[in-house]
Amino acid sequence: MFEHLINGLVLGGTYALVAMGLTLQYGIARIMNLSFGDTVIAAAFAAYVLFTALGLSPLLSLLIVVPAGFAFSYGIFSLIMRPLVRRSANSEALEVDSILATFGLLFVIQGVLLVLFGGNFTSYSYLNVPVDILGAVVALNRLSALILAAVLGGALVLLLMRTRWGLRMRAVAISASSAPLVGINVIQTSRMAFAIGGALAASGGVVISMYQTFTVTSGVVFTMKALIVVIMGGKGSLPGALAAGLILGLVETFVAAYIDPGLTLASTYLIFLALLLLRPSGLFGKAS
Amino acid sequence: MRTKSFKSGTWIARAMGALGLAATVSAGAFTAVQAQDRTSVRIGYAVSATGPNAGGANMTVTPNYELWVNEVNAKGGLALPDGSRLPIEVTAYDDRSSAEEVVRAVERLATQDKVDLILPPWGTGFNLAVAPLMARHGYPHLAGAAVTDKAPDFVKRWDTSFWFMGGGHDYATALASVLQSAKADGKINNKIAMISVADGFGIDLVKAARPSFEEAGFEIEYDKSFPPGTSDFSTILSEAKASGADTFVAFSYPPHTFALTKQAQVASYNPSVFYLGVGAGFPVYKNISGGQMEGVMSLGGIDPNNAANAEYRQRHEEVLGRAPDYWGSVLIYASLQMLEEAIARVGLDRAAIAKELSTGTFDTVLGETKLEDNQLRNIWWAGQWQDGEFVALSPEDRAGAGTVQLPKPAWQ
Repeated sequence: MFEHLINGLVLGGTYALVAMGLTLQYGIARIMNLSFGDTVIAAAFAAYVLFTALGLSPLLSLLIVVPAGFAFSYGIFSLIMRPLVRRSANSEALEVDSILATFGLLFVIQGVLLVLFGGNFTSYSYLNVPVDILGAVVALNRLSALILAAVLGGALVLLLMRTRWGLRMRAVAISASSAPLVGINVIQTSRMAFAIGGALAASGGVVISMYQTFTVTSGVVFTMKALIVVIMGGKGSLPGALAAGLILGLVETFVAAYIDPGLTLASTYLIFLALLLLRPSGLFGKAS
Repeated sequence: MRTKSFKSGTWIARAMGALGLAATVSAGAFTAVQAQDRTSVRIGYAVSATGPNAGGANMTVTPNYELWVNEVNAKGGLALPDGSRLPIEVTAYDDRSSAEEVVRAVERLATQDKVDLILPPWGTGFNLAVAPLMARHGYPHLAGAAVTDKAPDFVKRWDTSFWFMGGGHDYATALASVLQSAKADGKINNKIAMISVADGFGIDLVKAARPSFEEAGFEIEYDKSFPPGTSDFSTILSEAKASGADTFVAFSYPPHTFALTKQAQVASYNPSVFYLGVGAGFPVYKNISGGQMEGVMSLGGIDPNNAANAEYRQRHEEVLGRAPDYWGSVLIYASLQMLEEAIARVGLDRAAIAKELSTGTFDTVLGETKLEDNQLRNIWWAGQWQDGEFVALSPEDRAGAGTVQLPKPAWQ
């Protein structure tokens, strides 16, 4: 029982870590980023290359890959998203435009990765050592995902809730059209949120690469999972993404243990469906 | 509130729809070559270069096509009965891991590109999808990367189809027989914990394995399937451990095979028999298991003392920069060698090639090779990592077979 609880939390940590970036991009920057998972995979490949070619520990490569993820997303926003934000009449129009634009971006990233790395299954082994938590044994690399999710999530929540910078972010999330009235530069704020989302995606990719097998085309899976977590948690809510990620992890683990491993996927979507029916705005979402 | 929630639902649907599309849509053909008058032999194929099948295709199929074409052209081309040689020109399409797309691409190869020969795609389902088409257009179909128990039926339906990888039943009974002798020797108990991916390969294998194991006197204590997207096996492994079985069998795809290995190490799960599905015979498995592949069992295998095979593996590594897998690669390559020899004997007439493939005897990397009822049966069904090589164990009475070493050493 306790073992399943720990396993579930550790699995949920991965989901939460990946979803937090998307919730920032979707909730604050209002960009529904379909290429999100491919950013995760690109970071995973970067960590893989740094590890196999240079022998750099993935945990150290976070220091390189995460800023790179930030810079990449910052650039993408300036280049592709800014014109969309400028011309969109409202948030809904921006969502449609951003879905189309990032749908294209998904193939660009995938294509570049395919040329660079080919279609092989990629996997390496790092920190694959058991850690004993009060009798439950988990892999250190998976545990690191949970820890990273908690640390980054906690830090960002504090920043969002306690600083003036965070206040601006939240203002844009609540009403992008009214924010300029109080002197907030919406584009700048959105760009920052989008770039931080990209940095989180990169951190997720690095950590996941330590224990999960990936190919250049497995990004879609991460976008899908992250999207579910984001919608469940309430878009733009970091605590929501954390909670929803952990809940999914726990549910999948308990279903696998007590019912049938074949039903894990079904249980995920069942919860997703139930939540959409009962709380359409998500666990922590604001009803508007 | 109501309209808002409805709207956000629409966006989710839209986003998800787009993502679904993302899995199927991508770039088109690599090259398209115009028809020319016999200055070359034009060979076409559609194999998954993108999408979920790319990993498998890019391990077992595409590299062997490239190696073979490279070697044939280095010799000056395909030899014809009159002794002349014609270089191979390749027309390759990406089927994007979509069954509709592979059918469309093969149709195109046959009707528009009018290539001389078509090589098969990767995967059982994809080979079945194109089989009727290949037969209709009269192309010999050398289904390499396809595991099916129905091959005897298929060769009746499509008499120009050839099957090179056996069926799930073959692999399952071979494993059961290896386990049965181990049980008789008192090395393992009569309990088995078995998991399988809820997808083509896993379903086929587990369906064949259940009766085979029971016939061999085993009790299946734990028998679960898991969705293909599963990445966390900690719960499954702890249940398998609790079942008290000495034998753990997983009919898995590479991502699961790799995850199971890593997570079994973490959980210190040390069953005497640790049998995994596709991926355990990939060269990369050495790194993934952290060098601890010793004793792990899977499908396929090689005879380490077979010089022809060793030479093939070396060429593969030299030309492509990476080693072939220990199961399907050599079978695919052998099928191409057979094609090459058949053309040298009968020329480019497709019906004659098919007849020659069906009845002729060939000298391939597998040794002297002859199809039985259009199927290759000279296959290694089960193997085990021993001293850094994935050694074939079954059929036990075939020359070159190793002996199973149990229990598997514990993870360090």
